[in-house]
Amino acid sequence: MSRRARLVFFAVAAAGLAVTLGVGLAGLPSFGSQLTAYARMLNELASPQRHVTDVVSAITFDYRGIDTLFEEFILLAAVAGISVLLRPLSDESRQLPEDKAPNRKIPPPSPAVWLLAVLLSSLLTLIGLETITHGVLTPGGGFQAGVILASAIYVIYLGTNYATVERFQPDPLLEASDGVGAFGYVVIGLLGLLAGDVFLSNVVGLGVTGNLIAGGTIPLLNLVVGVEVAGGFAILASEFLDQTAVIRTERR
Amino acid sequence: MSVLAYGVVAWLFLVGIYGVVTSRNLIHMVVCLSVAQSATDVLLLEIGYRTGGHAPVFVSLPTHPGPAVDAVMQALALTDVVVGAAVTALLLALVVQVHKRAGTLDPDALRATRD
Repeated sequence: MSRRARLVFFAVAAAGLAVTLGVGLAGLPSFGSQLTAYARMLNELASPQRHVTDVVSAITFDYRGIDTLFEEFILLAAVAGISVLLRPLSDESRQLPEDKAPNRKIPPPSPAVWLLAVLLSSLLTLIGLETITHGVLTPGGGFQAGVILASAIYVIYLGTNYATVERFQPDPLLEASDGVGAFGYVVIGLLGLLAGDVFLSNVVGLGVTGNLIAGGTIPLLNLVVGVEVAGGFAILASEFLDQTAVIRTERR
Repeated sequence: MSVLAYGVVAWLFLVGIYGVVTSRNLIHMVVCLSVAQSATDVLLLEIGYRTGGHAPVFVSLPTHPGPAVDAVMQALALTDVVVGAAVTALLLALVVQVHKRAGTLDPDALRATRD
């Protein structure tokens, strides 16, 4: 299809879509006017029922916990798919960057960059742990914290070199944390069944509202999701980095 | 106000799809898809918005905090962001391999390399 024909095709389809979208959006209640009964009920009940102050966490990990289970599996499947797609192919091999010139050392990064990386990576780790542990109290939780923790490793890469970051993130550990995190979610769900209730029901002691450890299974699920997302995003970034740093095509 | 709020959603979605249709670079195409996908984030948050509402976090609130916005939509937006990130990463991995096999990122030039 030529570019012109494609544009004409798009214009017709977009006009149709705009009309249906417009009709659909016009049928929505006007912006900011009301909440659904479901939302009002959860806002009222989440704190007394689950002893948490962040209702979004209670919905993500408790009221709609099954959704989050599948969401976690989507992430796991995507990371596994990327690992398969970016593996060394039959005409490629893994060579560490140093191998090309063994008599020359990689120049060290400037002290300013190194210092910034040390400060930033420790700060990111701290904020990541803070975000995981305070998921039941304030906005935050496993998904957000996992991304923050994974980015700490990449600040180390910016400030040092590839060999150092490989030492910080051994592949088996990352892969294990990705799998253990996803599996841990299922195990915590099974606790509900073991206690004679339904899957993923909140059977652990709820604690006192406003405490760091409160909400029963919600902080536990935050923790396993944090481990999974941190491992998954670290694998992701290292796979893309390997493409430029390690994987070489053998020219024929 | 409603027209403006929901208009942004339709505009974001259509402009993202327009980018996908006219793209001459696969990385640009993936970014355009993210733009189209972000329309759903905006729509979810707008459906859950309540005029004058506060965040659904019930800690250190003033004495008369007023209504809270819809926490369900915020949880769904979180799901949307995670799935969006997974899709973008997977597509970028495909783009890396396409560039290796075909030596080009122009989607129109890819037809010539089909064997």
